[in-house]
Amino acid sequence: MAQHQIKVKINGTDHKAEVESRLLLVHLLRETLSMTGTHIGCDTTHCGACTVLLDGVPVKSCTVLAVQADGREVKTVEGLEQDGRLHAIQNGFHQEHGLQCGFCTPGMMITSSALLASNPDPSEAQIRQAISGNLCRCTGYVNIIKSVQHAAAALRQPAEVAAK
Amino acid sequence: MATTTLRTSPEVCGMGHSMKRKEDPRFIRGQGHYVDDIKLPGMLHMDIVRSPYAHAKILAIHTEKALAIPGVLAVITGETLKTYGLHWMPTLMSDTQMVLPVEKVMYQSQEVAAVIATDRYIAADGVDAVEVEYEPLPVVVDPRKALEPGAPVLRTDKEGKKDNHIWHWETGDRAATEKAFAEAEVKVKQDIYIPRIHVASIETCGCVADFNKTDTHLTVYMTTQAPHAIRTVIALVAGHVGLSEEKIRVVSPDLGGGFGGKVPVYPGYVIAIAASVVIGKPIKWVEDRMENLQADSFARDYHMTAELAAKKDGTMTALRITTLADHGYADAAANPSKYPAGLFSICTGSYDIKTAFTEMDAAYTNKPPGGVAYRCSFRVTEAVHAIERVTDVLAQELKMDPAELRFKNFIRPDQFPYKSALGWEYDSGNYKAALEMAMAGVGYAELRKEQAEKRAKGELMGIGICSFTEIVGAGPSREFDILGIKMFDSAEIRIHPTGKAIARFGTKSQGQGHETTYAQIVAEELGIPAAHIQVEEGDTDTAPYGLGTYASRSTPTAGAAAAVAARKIRDKAKKIAAYLLEVSEDDLVWEVGKFSVKGAPQKSKTIQELAFAAYTNHPPGMEAGLEAVDYYDPPNLTFPFGSYICVVDIDRGTGEVKVRRFLAIDDCGNIINPMIVDGQIHGGLSMGLAPALFEEISYDESGNNSAGSFMDYLVPTAMETPSWETGKTVTPCPHHPLGAKGVGESATVGAPPAIVNAVVDALAHLGVRHIEIPMTPEKVWNILKEKGVAE
Amino acid sequence: MIPASFDYHSPQTLEEALTFLQSHSDDAKVLSGGQSLLPLLKLRLGSAGHLVDIGRIPGLEYIKEEGGVLKIGGRTRESALEHSELIQTKYPLLAQTAAVIADPLVRNMATVGGNLAHGDPANDHPATMLALRAEVVATGPSGTRTIPIDQFFLGLFSTALAADEILTEIRIPVPPAHSGGSYVKLERKVGDFATAASAVQLTLGAGGEVASVGIGLTNAGSTPLRAADAEQFLTGKQPSADVIAEAARRASAIATPSADRRGAIEYKRQMARVLTGRALKAAIDWAKEH
Repeated sequence: MAQHQIKVKINGTDHKAEVESRLLLVHLLRETLSMTGTHIGCDTTHCGACTVLLDGVPVKSCTVLAVQADGREVKTVEGLEQDGRLHAIQNGFHQEHGLQCGFCTPGMMITSSALLASNPDPSEAQIRQAISGNLCRCTGYVNIIKSVQHAAAALRQPAEVAAK
Repeated sequence: MATTTLRTSPEVCGMGHSMKRKEDPRFIRGQGHYVDDIKLPGMLHMDIVRSPYAHAKILAIHTEKALAIPGVLAVITGETLKTYGLHWMPTLMSDTQMVLPVEKVMYQSQEVAAVIATDRYIAADGVDAVEVEYEPLPVVVDPRKALEPGAPVLRTDKEGKKDNHIWHWETGDRAATEKAFAEAEVKVKQDIYIPRIHVASIETCGCVADFNKTDTHLTVYMTTQAPHAIRTVIALVAGHVGLSEEKIRVVSPDLGGGFGGKVPVYPGYVIAIAASVVIGKPIKWVEDRMENLQADSFARDYHMTAELAAKKDGTMTALRITTLADHGYADAAANPSKYPAGLFSICTGSYDIKTAFTEMDAAYTNKPPGGVAYRCSFRVTEAVHAIERVTDVLAQELKMDPAELRFKNFIRPDQFPYKSALGWEYDSGNYKAALEMAMAGVGYAELRKEQAEKRAKGELMGIGICSFTEIVGAGPSREFDILGIKMFDSAEIRIHPTGKAIARFGTKSQGQGHETTYAQIVAEELGIPAAHIQVEEGDTDTAPYGLGTYASRSTPTAGAAAAVAARKIRDKAKKIAAYLLEVSEDDLVWEVGKFSVKGAPQKSKTIQELAFAAYTNHPPGMEAGLEAVDYYDPPNLTFPFGSYICVVDIDRGTGEVKVRRFLAIDDCGNIINPMIVDGQIHGGLSMGLAPALFEEISYDESGNNSAGSFMDYLVPTAMETPSWETGKTVTPCPHHPLGAKGVGESATVGAPPAIVNAVVDALAHLGVRHIEIPMTPEKVWNILKEKGVAE
Repeated sequence: MIPASFDYHSPQTLEEALTFLQSHSDDAKVLSGGQSLLPLLKLRLGSAGHLVDIGRIPGLEYIKEEGGVLKIGGRTRESALEHSELIQTKYPLLAQTAAVIADPLVRNMATVGGNLAHGDPANDHPATMLALRAEVVATGPSGTRTIPIDQFFLGLFSTALAADEILTEIRIPVPPAHSGGSYVKLERKVGDFATAASAVQLTLGAGGEVASVGIGLTNAGSTPLRAADAEQFLTGKQPSADVIAEAARRASAIATPSADRRGAIEYKRQMARVLTGRALKAAIDWAKEH
């Protein structure tokens, strides 16, 4: 079976790899590139632990082929922190105890960061809907919602200050 | 609302502070270190061939096609392991289970062979290419049928075994209970079945087994909640193939949830270890979700009949519960060895029931083994479900408000320590206060009014109460052991010259926040800021021996050990202080973080100064250093409790149950970190909602598992989960050094009965008195249809 | 969790894709969003020697109204439909359908063309397209053809698409004034297939009567089902509560669901009735307001 040469920009850096057609994007990240922040929690595209941004849009990387990502941009949890500064969503999860075992957390944060990029002031119902493809067993979702709200408030702040 | 008094500053951050978690930094950066993240040089991958049949003879295993695939290095079968005497292994309950079968398989998805390959894709291809010939055998899935005379005998490996009965267990006073029922003014009886469920932590199970042939040293990175016990088990089981306990290191890294599902020793671990020993390379095995759901650690599966005898005024006089326990094909339940039914005998609950008797029979069936998992607190979920349901059945029979019936029967605060009819000494409790707080919190009286108004319009609304008593902290060594190892737990604390500390424990967090909470305990006792206390767990080479984290035991045992060890350190620090300040120890007074001279407070030494002195200026004749170990043997278990109230609305068209409100009032004694406690409760409530409404593992007559993936095993999302409301009362534990009790499983224990009671309450006026979980829309709709109120 | 090996091709033009499909018709599958195909391959339940990824072919994702017809490109993502202002304001049935397909993450990859071409009666769009009286445009090596939706679904996982055709466009008549639609889905949890679901699209006449109506049922048979008898009964009538209830009953009478963990046959049939009633009411309310 043919191998494919692919080039994927991950967290702003170009990565080249030679991959089988069937290699899942999540395995490209975890196995080929040793970026283990993205996790695997199921085999039927339900749990969302594998969520990454593909061209800015959150998708389940276990149900995308690495070859489909050729020439495209991927953002993983490792790319949330920029220049030593945590993304508001990361800080939100820490401040509001939005994580316990941490396994679903990368996926949750990626999904939530995408939500806040398009909806800066989501209601609780909108947050619940946005994360309905990400399963958590530890937190009961209550503090995850608070974490997203915390991040939303933090992200809105500069504009609000300027508006005064 | 009662809160734990803060005795330390936010900087020191002892008990009662909602300290932000010290473990978060790595997790929020995706730098958690889970088993599947581990890569070792030369590492190979293992994948498992599994049986499609629930009961079948293995006629042949053809491995040629698999071995012909480039990259497939070996296929391990039961015959391979038999040459090492490793094809069977003991279970934690001293039964036996197969690692890989030689003669026959006994549950669908049982491990049949293992493929070792250079990468996981090739290993998967290898699994696909192994061909197994089976001869199906008659399947036993109903435990009642399993115990009927003439049922096929499953454990033909046990010489002389002629039936599928595992054990009988009973406790209480059978005769007195019979008499009480015979004389009862009122009695009710209710069959209650709690189906199989599965923990389904988002991380599945797995290991990397790394045997070094040169120094015959085995390191196993494993998803285990009890690394030391595993190390000892490996040494005992595989000692004959050259493994010796001082050269076995078990490392439990970051765990993506445990909930009891990562306690058992799964065949996959043993096969990986054997493969690594034989091949001399690291072997990684990580199960996928379907394997996880179909083959390991189920929970529950109790068929119970609960009976309550009472006076006409509602005073409960006796309780009787009979249970048939479906254990799968082996008794591998991870219970303390003297307690085959776990702590089920807590079933008299929060009520002053003077006479009680309970008995249980366990049966073998063609299903995976397990039983104690899913935050059950050693079968307390089952016990509390029984007592809280049958209490509501009694309330219905007496036409009494279920809150009123509970108030009438609660053990009173002045009765503590309370000796229950089934032999437990409850440490402390104030059940009335918790229920009153819950009722005030939801506006109970207004809700009843609303219910009456809605009923008149044909709308179905229900209010359900659960007032549970939990029992955790196993346990005192005279009673509690696992495979003979007593259930103490441990803390080892060492203070460095610059006044910082490292603290290691025999427990193992899977998300409960021990790196933070244990640091807070030590901070409370020594005044060293929690931020300066490094907490470690999980590496058997460095951590003191412990029995691990499950059944909410960490705070009651290792948390206590931390306090006691810290106090030993404080005692030694006092001697150093006396020496440095040139006074006698009796002249010293301790306040957080320092000793000072009575009457001359300016003469003082901080704990940091004393730590430095321990290495640079310690008293002559005294050993240098400042450290202590404590192996804590708890004098008793602890008894957290709570009252939960659930409000539901039922859709008469579809049968869907909507949880409108859920208020949980919990009492876990003195609280270490309120934020973490609330997190535990939110999560526990969700794992109570799930079995109540969504989750069930079921088998057809051929033993086929119909919920073997997340397609049909319905883990609730944020859309199905209500917004949990919580509150607290604080009734300290009189025998725990910190007055703390443990809380991790309270909510999983208390939530399901509250939800069932609410749904039954919504339909009680139609004559409904019980519904089995999960209360799926179809199940509820069938009742509505039968009662003529379906839309 | 790991698929068997296959070859992967990502043509840059429709022509290239069709040529390949033609020459490998017995062993090639079209990869669109992949949210139905890849899960099957991962479980090794389906197999394909070749995947033809049409994701790089430009011009297949669009939502536009043209000449009295709403045209949706076959590769349009469900999330695009869900969030499109045009769809939300003028095609509530379509918006509500897109919003309950799987979960938001899957919807970011899944395509409406894939949802139809998979031929799974448990998917949500098939019944909706029946209700909308849509047409499917299939492009093959010899050109395009338009397939009326009532001729598109042939059986379980079987559609009128030939092995060398790609579903390139869906056409829906722009509804007249006083039209409304609704998709009501009962699912065990978010992300599940429907236990039952009903798609309704209707137009009210000048006197408030039902001038035209389409009713489709999801997961009630081996194909999506058109509740023709219910449609006929409703047409021309004032939509009173009794009329709606009778229409719903007639709709459920044609349901032939299979029993499974989602429900017994009778439960699913009754749910088809309940949900059709709710979808009709919601569609009528919308039509009255627009």
